[in-house]
Amino acid sequence: MFEELTEKFEKFVRNLRGQGKLTEANVRDTMRQVRRIMLEADVSLSAAKAFVKSTTEKSLGSEVLTSITPGQLLVKIIHDELVAFLGGQAEPIRFGKSPSSILIVGLNGTGKTTTTAKLALKLKRQGRKPLMVAADTRRPAAIDQLVTLGKQLDIPVFISDVVDPIKIAEASREHARSNSLDCLIIDTAGRMHVNDELMDELVRLQKAVKPPETLLVVDGMTGQDAVRSAKTFTERLDLTGLILTKLDGDARGGAALSIRWVTGKPIKFVGVGEKPADLDTFHPDRMAGRILGMGDIVSLVEKAQASVDAEKAAKFASKLAKQELTLEDFREQLTQLKNMGPLDSLLAMIPGLSGAMKGMQFDESELTGVTAIIDSMTVDERRTPRIIDGSRRRRIALGSGRSIQEINRLLNQFDQMNKMMKQMGKRGGKMPFKLPGIPGMSG
Amino acid sequence: MSLLLRFKEGLAKTRARTISRIAGIFGRGHIDDQILEELEDALLEADIGVDTVEELIEKLRENDSGRKRGEDFDPLKILKSLLVDQLTDCSLLVHPERFTQKPWVILLVGVNGSGKTTTSGKLAHYYGRQGKTSVIAAADTFRAAGIEQVEIWAKMGNARLVKQKTGADPAAVAFDAHQSALSRGEDLLIVDTAGRLQAKRNLMEELGKISRVLQKKDPTAPHEVLLVLDATTGQNGLSQARGFTAAAGGTGIVVTKLDGTARGGVIFPIRKELGLPVEFVGLGEGLEDLQPFEPKLFVDAIMEA
Repeated sequence: MFEELTEKFEKFVRNLRGQGKLTEANVRDTMRQVRRIMLEADVSLSAAKAFVKSTTEKSLGSEVLTSITPGQLLVKIIHDELVAFLGGQAEPIRFGKSPSSILIVGLNGTGKTTTTAKLALKLKRQGRKPLMVAADTRRPAAIDQLVTLGKQLDIPVFISDVVDPIKIAEASREHARSNSLDCLIIDTAGRMHVNDELMDELVRLQKAVKPPETLLVVDGMTGQDAVRSAKTFTERLDLTGLILTKLDGDARGGAALSIRWVTGKPIKFVGVGEKPADLDTFHPDRMAGRILGMGDIVSLVEKAQASVDAEKAAKFASKLAKQELTLEDFREQLTQLKNMGPLDSLLAMIPGLSGAMKGMQFDESELTGVTAIIDSMTVDERRTPRIIDGSRRRRIALGSGRSIQEINRLLNQFDQMNKMMKQMGKRGGKMPFKLPGIPGMSG
Repeated sequence: MSLLLRFKEGLAKTRARTISRIAGIFGRGHIDDQILEELEDALLEADIGVDTVEELIEKLRENDSGRKRGEDFDPLKILKSLLVDQLTDCSLLVHPERFTQKPWVILLVGVNGSGKTTTSGKLAHYYGRQGKTSVIAAADTFRAAGIEQVEIWAKMGNARLVKQKTGADPAAVAFDAHQSALSRGEDLLIVDTAGRLQAKRNLMEELGKISRVLQKKDPTAPHEVLLVLDATTGQNGLSQARGFTAAAGGTGIVVTKLDGTARGGVIFPIRKELGLPVEFVGLGEGLEDLQPFEPKLFVDAIMEA
């Protein structure tokens, strides 16, 4: 997500670093580039213009402090403005009186049904008792899809023979009450925002259900149309938040800026994979840092904590800070990885890696091979990998059933990773703004 | 309803203001930066992409400065013809005379939610009206209830469905369907694949496998590999076209969901870089709402209304 945007920002930030003064000329020149980058990233023209305008004004008015370079100042202004555009702090789901409802709406094919299941799983893991409501009576097999997902996740699904989504929603509320389920997630049919008849239906549904949350699901690959459709949805309905999907690919995700800007509603979650657990909380502040090439180490650690127990994660975080990772830690992380979501998106969060990772592919099935290699090492080898000479490599190859080349590759990658960690530590003090607090890590 | 009407309906609300103003100014004649910017904005908002838009504006400027004194200049008309010129040789699939082989194999590929399954049913219906029999292979064995969905569309499109269980090997489903279509002498095999993001290498490789399996019975198959592209997609559409073409050898594009306000302008950079023609457009949820692509109407709808 945001990979290309990040990459380009990194590039022009590097160029800016050489500049001496924050002049009107170089601010405007930079902002032209920002506009271009944003358009290429599918930020809508109107949102990009608004962003450039306010950022230019702020830049021209600000004083350059002696402690930072003008380039750093400009980056900070762009960063802060991005945070503001993406929308302050992460906002949790709001609940009303039990059973509380969440209405899921959006255009066709944005991922509403999948998101409904993902959200239900998330709430279930938080100790709630969700009921998924199949109110998409239009798309063929939409109900079957939700029922199948419900079975997979062991989450109840409310289905009905009636066609009217309002009646379905009302009946589902009764069903939830009598089965002591505390929240309804209502999956509605996809519809075009220009289809007045179907939009009216949605308005009536919202009036009947009065949900504390109405979430618009937007495809993360959407281009300029994001503002038009989101604008209509927010005008017709009382939206409370947004969910951006399909961000596990290479979409630049500029739609995030557009929809947030046009609706003023918070982006609450992002879909980052096909597995039911692949729904992440959206962190605007971190995302802005990520766009600027700061990476997103806090999200990484948080993600680890959700899957691994807290103690292990803290240990890993502190080791990360001290840059003394061993192959044992590495293996431990690998075995947890599969529970954390797609590897590509996880690795993209590590600061400095997004550029280095361009074009690299991660095959999750290769993880098994890597684990086998580490398993075939002695404890000493795992703790001090540099003792692994040629004859040890041959032994490990035999033991793990992998080729020596694979073992060499793993050791090289591991070595590079450690070097990268060290550089991060050194670079830390010079960063234009602080890395959000990780225990033991100086910003 | 005609394609243009349907398409215009969605665009009308957002487009009218800018363009009519431009047409008025240009009767008398000189291109100025403000007008160029307005045209540029209109093109950008159609998802045509920064590079292509800059090229178009540059060409427009050249056209303006190269004309004789006093000669009329209609920038909108010039711009439209520049756009239409980029869309020659599209809609090759309109007539089933193209199908020189039985079955003619069409592989539908694309990202999640772009409308592949819907398109498979509509394609079967489209060719069915021209007297061609279709088989649909339910090769989306991944999505929950994906098979149930294609089953309904196959029924609506009056196509025979070949399916296996959820989780089955999609290449095996395609192979079965191909074999049975061959033995029954059916005209068309439409392979509906699971949605996948082009950045996922493993899933993209699976498409290559499906193609190879189809070649076992007919080395010329698949005859068409159509990328089903959601019209709301922005510049990522180019990445999709690159990824799917590399993995499965794309031959054309179906642009879906053009009944909203999305313009689908990313087909221009795709055309330029990869040469892929647009074959069909999806204009709604009904069976009849898949229509042959018409460049002139498409461009008119983008720039006029």
